Amino acid sequence: MSDLAIRVRGLKTAYGTHVVHENLDLDVRKGEVIGVIGPSGCGKSVLLRAIVGLKEPAAGEVSVFGEDVIHLQSEDHAALQRLWGIMFQDGALFSNLTVRENVMVPMKEHTNLPLRLMKELADQKIRMSGLETWAGRKYPSDLSGGMRKRAALARSMALDPPLLFLDEPTAGLDPITAAGFDQLIRDLQKSLGLTVFLVTHDVDTLAVTCDRIAVLGEKRTIAVGTMDELRREPHPWIQDYFGGPRGRGAIMGAG
Amino acid sequence: MLSPGEQSLAPDFEYIGGDRPQLKLRGAWVVTSLANVDASLRTLAQEHPDIALAEIDLSELDAIDTAGAYLIDRALRGFAPGEPMRVGAAAEAAALLDQARSLATQEEQAPPVAEEAHGIVDLLERTGRNAEHLWAEALETLSFLGATIVAISTVVWRPTKMRWTALVSVMEDAGLDAVPIIAFLSFFVGMVVAFIGATTLAQFGATIFVVELVGFGVLRELGGVLVAIIIAGRTNSAFTAQIGAMKMRQEIDAMDTLGLDPMRVIVAPRVLAMMIMVPVLTFIGMLTAIAGGMTVGWLVLEINPTVFFNRMQDTVPIDQFWIGMSKAPVFGLAIALIGCRQGLEVGGSVQSLGHHTTKSVVQALFAIIVIDALFAIFYMEMGI
Repeated sequence: MSDLAIRVRGLKTAYGTHVVHENLDLDVRKGEVIGVIGPSGCGKSVLLRAIVGLKEPAAGEVSVFGEDVIHLQSEDHAALQRLWGIMFQDGALFSNLTVRENVMVPMKEHTNLPLRLMKELADQKIRMSGLETWAGRKYPSDLSGGMRKRAALARSMALDPPLLFLDEPTAGLDPITAAGFDQLIRDLQKSLGLTVFLVTHDVDTLAVTCDRIAVLGEKRTIAVGTMDELRREPHPWIQDYFGGPRGRGAIMGAG
Repeated sequence: MLSPGEQSLAPDFEYIGGDRPQLKLRGAWVVTSLANVDASLRTLAQEHPDIALAEIDLSELDAIDTAGAYLIDRALRGFAPGEPMRVGAAAEAAALLDQARSLATQEEQAPPVAEEAHGIVDLLERTGRNAEHLWAEALETLSFLGATIVAISTVVWRPTKMRWTALVSVMEDAGLDAVPIIAFLSFFVGMVVAFIGATTLAQFGATIFVVELVGFGVLRELGGVLVAIIIAGRTNSAFTAQIGAMKMRQEIDAMDTLGLDPMRVIVAPRVLAMMIMVPVLTFIGMLTAIAGGMTVGWLVLEINPTVFFNRMQDTVPIDQFWIGMSKAPVFGLAIALIGCRQGLEVGGSVQSLGHHTTKSVVQALFAIIVIDALFAIFYMEMGI
């Protein structure tokens, strides 16, 4: 088995006649935080959906921990699902369950822990994501946007999965909360050795959390590398991205 | 860290008492395998509450995650206070244990949750509340009717303010597209009415009176009520679900802030469309129901269609048709009002959407029957 967590080769995805990706390759190594950036509408979230098997690709292959995601039998797929946690863009918390029950859903499905321990662990996860314990008793509709994001993170980490997909985790958060979130992701990644697939627009998040950055555009991966490597890339979009006022500020802040 | 798929030992621990009490941990302390040690670890600390642990041996630990760290930390907190020495802890395990400790010290601040009681007194209390609620609902619906009338009357003064496209689109969705099912079901109900008459009237040799039965029954009552009930199930729920989803996604709030009055933009076109289309559908329903009755008459009772029509013209006054038709716009108004109002009442959760859609259909059916009864009393007093 290789040391790759995610391997994408020749991926093509399309909605009707609209092609989102064509011949897209991407490797994510085990234990790294990879940031995926690109202009709005370039298919960052679609790539995430293709990797976790929510969007069936038109061509190409996707494997996660060496398992072919596209042609997996349902039992093997369930086993693979235990290895990843996904945090969707707007949380996608189950609105008829409390936050704590939301966090308990994957535990109930994939483990045989006693109920009391599940509740304790769920509370622990809720605190870990930076919420107060009492927030676990609330329904998602009673929480603010930032709190919902944290609750969604708590749910995605319920089983301590080795692979975490985060779709714009810091979008819409105030800078202080966002910085706390970045630190949280970094800490968890360090202590658990997680592989994190991070879709973001936030240059600060990239600078603080990511080991490598993949740039999507023109239906494929334009470049992959560390922030310093990318800044030397001649591609105009990348230059604009890191050379713009926000990009420079973030790099100075991180450096 | 273990890589996925790798087999590992089940978590286990050993407590060694004596001068230097210590806890030895073995195996993989990960979330999927903790079920067995949870209970035994919980009792361990209870058995030795006075002992301060001197040492915790982590050297044989295969794997640990946040859940495992929580469990270990919980066990440590159960012993008498004191910092046991960690032996053989990998950097990751130490970091996780530190994190678990720092999270555990965050005190529980939640206010106690009030349990819902289920005694007889509470049953009475709930009944009272519901009765009061019913009254409040009726008042709210009336005030909604008022608001709708205001919205529609502004449209009368300024027709350009009306959403004509929305009106036509609703007329198509809720009216034209409902024609097949209305025609189909009405035809069968007409047949059923004729059959009921046929079996009973045949005993007196008066099967020809099936014409009156079908004529009066369908025109005066059944045609209109049947159509209203179908529309309550078909369109009323659609209105609530549509508007409720818009409410959940804050589209209604967006309209408000853009200066678009939801009453005018959403409610008025739907109410007008239903007041126009329910009578049309009722008319179609009546025609097909009579056709159904006539078919039974022709095939089973050997009443020629010509005879059927002639007798109907002679014995069933046109008033009966107008009585049936007069109710249709009122039914349409009630259905649209209830559907829109429940849609706008939807809160943030999926549950509330389901709750209000159910409520919407139930209220609409209730309203249809009550309105029909009121009309029946009214026309009886009028002597028609």
